Amino acid sequence: MPDKKIDLLKQQASRRQMLAGLSALSLTPLLSRLAYADVPSTAAVNTTGLAVTDDTVTVGILHSITGTMALSEIGSVEAEKLAIAQINESGGVLGRKINFIQEDGASDWPTFAEKARKLLEKDKCASVFGCWTSASRKAVLPVFEQYNGLLYYPTFYEGLEQSRNVIYTGQEATQQILAGLDWISKEKNAKTYYLLGSDYIWPRTANKIARKHIENHLKGSRVVGEEYFPLGDSQFNSVINKIKLMKPDVIYAIIVGGSNVAFYKQLKAAGLDLSKHNLMTISVTEDEILGIGGENIAGAYACMKYFQSIDTPDNKKFVAAFKKMWGEKSVIGDVTQAAYLGPWLWKLTVEKAGTFDISKVIDASPGIEFKNAPEGYVRIHKNHHLWSKTLVGRARTDGQFDVIYETPELMEPNPFPVGYQ
Amino acid sequence: MLSGYSFNDLASIFVMQSFAGLILFSVFLLMALGLAIVFGQMGVINMAHGEFMILGAYTTYVCSYIFAQWAPALFGLYFFVAVVLAFIVAGISGMFLEWSLIRFLYKRPLDTLLATWGVSLILQQVFRSTFGAREVGVTLPDWMMGSWNLSDTIQIPINGMIVIAITFLITGAIYALLYKSGWGKQVRAVMQNRTMASNVGINTERVDRFTFGLGCGVAGVAGSAFTMIGSTSPTAGQQYIVDTFLVVAFGGTESLGGTIASSFSISQARSILEFFLNGSMAQVLVLLTVIGILMLRPQGLFALKVRR
Repeated sequence: MPDKKIDLLKQQASRRQMLAGLSALSLTPLLSRLAYADVPSTAAVNTTGLAVTDDTVTVGILHSITGTMALSEIGSVEAEKLAIAQINESGGVLGRKINFIQEDGASDWPTFAEKARKLLEKDKCASVFGCWTSASRKAVLPVFEQYNGLLYYPTFYEGLEQSRNVIYTGQEATQQILAGLDWISKEKNAKTYYLLGSDYIWPRTANKIARKHIENHLKGSRVVGEEYFPLGDSQFNSVINKIKLMKPDVIYAIIVGGSNVAFYKQLKAAGLDLSKHNLMTISVTEDEILGIGGENIAGAYACMKYFQSIDTPDNKKFVAAFKKMWGEKSVIGDVTQAAYLGPWLWKLTVEKAGTFDISKVIDASPGIEFKNAPEGYVRIHKNHHLWSKTLVGRARTDGQFDVIYETPELMEPNPFPVGYQ
Repeated sequence: MLSGYSFNDLASIFVMQSFAGLILFSVFLLMALGLAIVFGQMGVINMAHGEFMILGAYTTYVCSYIFAQWAPALFGLYFFVAVVLAFIVAGISGMFLEWSLIRFLYKRPLDTLLATWGVSLILQQVFRSTFGAREVGVTLPDWMMGSWNLSDTIQIPINGMIVIAITFLITGAIYALLYKSGWGKQVRAVMQNRTMASNVGINTERVDRFTFGLGCGVAGVAGSAFTMIGSTSPTAGQQYIVDTFLVVAFGGTESLGGTIASSFSISQARSILEFFLNGSMAQVLVLLTVIGILMLRPQGLFALKVRR
C-alpha cells in the first residue's frame, strides 16, 4: 500500500514537471530564433515563393481516404503523420515545424490531379507525400512536372517510370520479384509456376517480369499457367480447380485488394493447405491479412522489403511509436513503412541542400542516406528509387510474418530492366 | 486444350467445375432474388441493394465477435444465428427506408434510382464510420472451412455446400410465400393493379412495405452467406450490384423462374469458360452473350404475358 502511494506521488510530481515543460514549450518559437543562431533566414532558404515562414514549412498529404483505395491508403496517411510529428518533436526542418495540408484523392484519378494542382499552385507546398495506385501517380505526374513540385511515392510498383519530380520510396518490380523467385527456386527446388493476378497494369507487368525470370534465368523451370481476374472479383473456384490438377510447385499470386479475401478463403476451403503447397505473393501485407484472416493464409510466402516483425531496435521503436499514435490493433505493411520514409528523406535532403527550393532539393536527393530507417539502411539512387533488400516472410496465423530470408546485398533499383520488358 | 489430361483428370474437372458452377449459381441467385422481388414486383430500381447485403455481412461480423467474446463454446453454431439476424436487421432497415423515402417515389422509377443511389452512398459512409475503412475478417468455425474429399482429386468445399443449401431454402421459402400464401396473392395483386387491389380492400401501403422489407432481408442473408467466401468492406456491395442487375435483367424482371434460369445459365457459362479461358475473358464473353440475347429478347428470358 505505501508503495502505491509513493508511486502516485511520483506520478504527480512527474506530471507537474511535464506541465512546466509544456508551458516552456509554448515559448520556444520565440526563444528558438535567439537560442539557435544557426536557423537560416526565410529569405535564404526559400527563393521560389514556397509556403515557408520563419517558424513553419507547409507540405501536402495526398491520399484516398474515401472510396475503394481508402483501405490501403489510410495506413500511408498514418505513417506520414507519424513521421511529421516525430520530425517536429525533434526540432523540425531547418528550424521550422512542418505543417501539413491533407487532401483526399477519393480513389478517383482526375481528383488526384486536381488536388495535386491545388497543393502546388495555391498552397505552395514544399513537398507532397502521396498516391498509391499507379493510376493516381500517372494522373498527378504531369502536374508535378508542370509546377516543378516534389512527390514522395510510397508503393511498390511496376517500374518503367522515372521522373525528376518524384522520389519512389517503394520497390520497383525487379527489386521485389527476382530475389523472391531465386529463393523459392533454390530452396524449394521449384520447377513449375502458376501465375495469378488482378487484371490491370501492375500485376500484368510484374508477372511479365516473373515469367521472363523463370524462363530465362531459373534453369529448367517453366510457367504452367497465367491468369487474370477483374478487380474485386470474388469467384476463384475454377482457377483453384485448375491449380489442383496442374499441381504447380509454386502458386505465384498477385491479386490485389478485397479479392484476396475471397481467394484465400476459397483456397483453404478447397483443401489446398499452404503449409504443404508453396504459395508466393507480392501483394499481401499485414494490412490485407486483417481482412483475409491469419488462419486462411498461414504458411504463404510474401516477398517485399519490409515486415512489421523485423527484429531490429530501429523497427521496434517505429512499431511502438506507430501503435502509440494509431492504436494497439493497428498493423504496418510494406507500403506503410515506405510512406513513413518520405518525410524523413525529405528532411534529410532539405538539410543537405540547406534550402527548401525544390530544384535544389531534387538535385541534392541522389545519395541521401537514412541510416536508421525501420527497414534498415536506405539510400536514394540517382534514378530516384531506393536501394533495398528483398525479404521473404512466411505468414503466421496471428497475421504477422516470420522473416525467413533476406538478400545479403542491397539491390540496385532498375526501373527499366533490359531483357525483362 | 484437353490433350494434357488423363481420363481421371477430366472426370474430376467435370465434377469440380460443375460444383464451382453450382456455387456461383447460388451466389448469383441469392444476390438477385431480393433485387428481383423489389425491382420486378415493385418497379423500384434499388441501387442500395449491395449495401443491404453488406449490412447483412457486418451483422454476421458483429455476431461472430459477440459469440467469440461471450459464448466461445457455441461458436461452431453462431453462423445460423447470424443468418437469421442478418435477415431481420436488413429487413427492418429496408422497411424503414420504404417508409421514409421509397413510398413517395412509386410513380417515378428513375427517381428511385437516384434516391437509392444516394442511400447507398450514405450507408457506405455509415459502415466506414462504424467499422473503419479497412476490410474486416469474419472468423468462421473450423468445420465450415474444411472440405469433403470424394477422391484424391475431387474435394468439395463445405462452405460452398452451405451457400447452396441456404439458397435452396430461401428460394423455396420465397416461392411458397409469393405463390402459395394469401399474402403472396395480395402482393401480386397490388403489383398488377394497385387501384383495383386497394378497392377490394387490400392495404397496399402495408404490402409495399413488407415486400420491400422482404427483398432487403434476402439481400442481408446473401451478405451473410458471402462472408464465407468474400470480403466485407464498406464498398464491397458495389462489386456485386452490376452482376445482380445483369442477372435480373437477363432473366426478365417479373418472374422468379426467370431469375433462377438466368442465374443458372450465366453461372454455368462463366464457370465453364473460366476453365478453358481465364477469369477476365470469361466475364467479357458472358456479358457480350447477354447483350446479344437481350437485343433479340428485350424483355428477358422469361416475360409474363400481361396486357398493358
